[in-house]
Amino acid sequence: MEGADAELTREWARRAEAGPFTSLGVFDRLVYDSLDPMSTLAVCAGETEDIRLATSIVAGPLRSTGLLAKKAATLDVLSDGRLTLGLALGARKDDYEAADSDFGSRGARFTKQLDELREIWQGDEIGPDPVQEGGPELLIGGSSDPSYKRVAHYGDGYIHGGGPPKIFAREAEKAEAAWAEEGRPGDPAIWGHGYFALGDEDAAEAGREYLLDYYEFTGPFAETIAEGLLTTPQEVVQFIRGYEERGCDELLLFPTVADEEQYERLEEVVENEWSDA
Amino acid sequence: MDINVIGGGPGGLYASLLLKKEHPDWDITVYERDPADNTYGWGIVFSDSTLGSLREADYKTHEQITDKFAIWNPIDVHYGGKRIRCGGHTFSGLMRSDLKDILRERCAELGVEMHWEHNVENPEEYAEDADLLIGADGLNSTVRETYEDQFKPRVRMGDAKFAWFGTDKPFDVFTFIFRENEHGLWRIHAYPGRKSTFIVEATEETWQNAGLDEKGKEEGLAYFEDLFSDHLDGYELESKLYSWRNFPIVQNRTWSHDNVVLIGDAAHTAHFSVGAGTKMAMEDAIALYEGFEEYGPDDVGASVRWFEKERRPRVEGIQDAATQSRRYFENTERYMDLEPEQFAFNLLTRSGKISYDELKIRDSAYTDDYDRWYAQYAQGGNEKRAVATPPMFQPFTIGDVTVPNRAVLSSSPSSVGSSGRPASGQTARFAELGKQGPGLVLTEPVAVSARGRLHPGSPGLYEDGHADAWAEAVAEVNEASDAKTGIELFHAGQRAATRPREYGLDRPLADEDSWDIVSASATQYTRRSQTPSAMDADDLDAVRERFVAAAERADEAGFDVLQLNLAHGYLLSSFLSPLTNERDDEYGGEDIESRLAYPLEVLDAVQSVWPDEKAITTKMPATDWRPGGNNLGDGFAIGSHLSRNGSDLLTVVAGQTTSNDRPKFDTDVLARYSEQIRNELDVPTMTTNYVTSTDDVNTQVGAGTGDLCQWYPPNVDGDLL
Repeated sequence: MEGADAELTREWARRAEAGPFTSLGVFDRLVYDSLDPMSTLAVCAGETEDIRLATSIVAGPLRSTGLLAKKAATLDVLSDGRLTLGLALGARKDDYEAADSDFGSRGARFTKQLDELREIWQGDEIGPDPVQEGGPELLIGGSSDPSYKRVAHYGDGYIHGGGPPKIFAREAEKAEAAWAEEGRPGDPAIWGHGYFALGDEDAAEAGREYLLDYYEFTGPFAETIAEGLLTTPQEVVQFIRGYEERGCDELLLFPTVADEEQYERLEEVVENEWSDA
Repeated sequence: MDINVIGGGPGGLYASLLLKKEHPDWDITVYERDPADNTYGWGIVFSDSTLGSLREADYKTHEQITDKFAIWNPIDVHYGGKRIRCGGHTFSGLMRSDLKDILRERCAELGVEMHWEHNVENPEEYAEDADLLIGADGLNSTVRETYEDQFKPRVRMGDAKFAWFGTDKPFDVFTFIFRENEHGLWRIHAYPGRKSTFIVEATEETWQNAGLDEKGKEEGLAYFEDLFSDHLDGYELESKLYSWRNFPIVQNRTWSHDNVVLIGDAAHTAHFSVGAGTKMAMEDAIALYEGFEEYGPDDVGASVRWFEKERRPRVEGIQDAATQSRRYFENTERYMDLEPEQFAFNLLTRSGKISYDELKIRDSAYTDDYDRWYAQYAQGGNEKRAVATPPMFQPFTIGDVTVPNRAVLSSSPSSVGSSGRPASGQTARFAELGKQGPGLVLTEPVAVSARGRLHPGSPGLYEDGHADAWAEAVAEVNEASDAKTGIELFHAGQRAATRPREYGLDRPLADEDSWDIVSASATQYTRRSQTPSAMDADDLDAVRERFVAAAERADEAGFDVLQLNLAHGYLLSSFLSPLTNERDDEYGGEDIESRLAYPLEVLDAVQSVWPDEKAITTKMPATDWRPGGNNLGDGFAIGSHLSRNGSDLLTVVAGQTTSNDRPKFDTDVLARYSEQIRNELDVPTMTTNYVTSTDDVNTQVGAGTGDLCQWYPPNVDGDLL
């Protein structure tokens, strides 16, 4: 997001690792004033030792598969096997135009890309060998039938796009159904995420404005997303509990305002109010 | 603010009065084609009696409406000479004309201008001279038609014919009547009111058999008065606008464009059997009003977008349930083999919104009684006993094998064995699942030959030593529980020789680890897969013999049930699908019968060595989920042939016959296929959809969706131990 600099990024990474958190997540937007997700995670990898580093999500087909595979494998090596690569289609035409990547064919290309990522990570041609066996933990997002099929065929799990726990539950269940019905052993990892802005009404307003701006391309849906912003400790705790009850393995909470206080407030809520921390 | 409203039905009037009440200075004008006192239609139903949102929106009309309500709670189902009653489904209703009178008076009182018998030819004019145009002009909306390039409507017609009648005969509860005569099966939806509403619905075929396409009103009414004389007790049927229609399903890509917005039936319809049409129109009106509360008259676009955002998820949820309900009534003939009690339970759970547990909450006496009936039905007794467990816990007999309950546990393919010999983890997991209390425990797919393994570590049953490990596990289950044991035999065909599924499906082995694979034809499963060789006559004989030898070993190992896998793109399924069977011998061809020839030969050969007192089941694809592949019609044919050739039960799955299928992952899709195949063919089935609760299993078994249910209880780990 805007206003995140080197110091703030490093600081957040260090504090998250020292605090009650188990993973760090980053977004991906090209035509926007935001940091590149893979480079950001590389910096975070250098600042930390244990915490998982997640892209949530990177728009896969925006990038060349070979480059993406190498970058992800490199991050996995440099973080000593801590990368969780969350991928989805991305819905932004302008991002695709700026990346010189065809928007219309992205679905078919994404499926092919997932297949090739697996091939590259398990093959010997393009190194490095990822530290995690079979490649970095691969999560796939989206809420269409083809998305769930991709999860079952290529993924290690499902990463949900955000929303109230009830909606999360319905879509996570579809991912689990796809996994079971397509005959994958074990269970898919299920990740979710939400947005918060803690503090006074100004913080909440700033957070909502950020979301309206970030999701402007979705039309009226941006308002739905902004309405879901978590602005009080109670809302945050309810949200975490709702997700936990519905089988979420890892929940990413994204700040919508770039300042250090946001981190502190979230840490406080999670440490003090969330019994599982 | 100037608002024009086209359509003076409940939605248009209610939106007008809410906006006018809040903004007395706005000019709101309603234009309606029909006269003010036109009272077409009979009773309308609200699927609950709380109407909290109406109370909040306008207390005065809420009081008047609820004063007029007829409220009833049970549903009666008349079928096969029996009446089944289930309570707790509160409905309320009133005459459509009474509702319109109340709303019209309130509009007049608040100063809404209303023009009756005013036909709007060109809605664009009405949009241009106002700040907002509300299209509330119903099913055949002129507004929707005018702006179809913007709204992108999709209107489809249901299959059934229906007509609305009224009668003075009092019906005290919601009454479904199903009656068959020489022309076919008739469905009646009747409910209380100042006058009772009496809707007749039938398939087009039945309707034509009865000559109703040529009968006039008098003859038509007489036909039903005679057919339902026992329910009408001599009362007459009345009709205001005698006509037979198909139900139109209306959807729109969007409900708003510039300053034009659609509400009610103009925007969306839901089959009358869920009683939600009027309620949705009035809730639309409330949401539109709230949109203006939110954004005010200065931003009409934002207000109507807010309305749509608010309503769409709710409306789509109702439309989904309505679709299930409509399809039920279009295909009721399929359920005529069910006993009246099960027929009624199936009807009550048809939309997917009401489960066994939900019925228990609504009317525990009903579910207790159903449990007692089902226990008697399942155990073949002559009278109901006082104490009975729910359907899931009733025994079921497949062939000659009786399983103690309906839950089936099985595990997904694993890969820790070696050279076909199951690893201790694989057999131990099977034994562990068997001790968890299922009626039947099934192995993962077990290969009948080395070439038929999915992975190098897939378990097999093609050497003597392989059977010993399974025999121990079977003995362990038999010792510890009542569960019956089953083995699934398969040959992976075009999907063989792949890496373990831990990091994805169908990833071919490196050349040095791989082996040659066979299939019906030389079709590559994925673009990366090894191309199999098409089986020649020797291969066909050899594989058939492999299946026979494996069946003999399975018998020796002590399994009670043998499940033959004809699905998921494996060898036998590659013969079934035209997408993977390109053969020009007697085992391939245009018709499903020739593509079934080889799988049926295998089934036949396996039966010849499998003891009669044990059961054989087949896992079959309901559909290929791909254009040009088998569809559900072919699924019926496949199921029917398998049953006739000795398969005691069909385990219904779908897709994966090619890698580029387009599966659906709504968690009840596979259950619906099971239900359709079971009731269409009148054969036992096993459901395989992803269900995780006993409630799911009770609902599926109780409703006749399937006789056995594969399930995935959250507390049982299907992973390797």
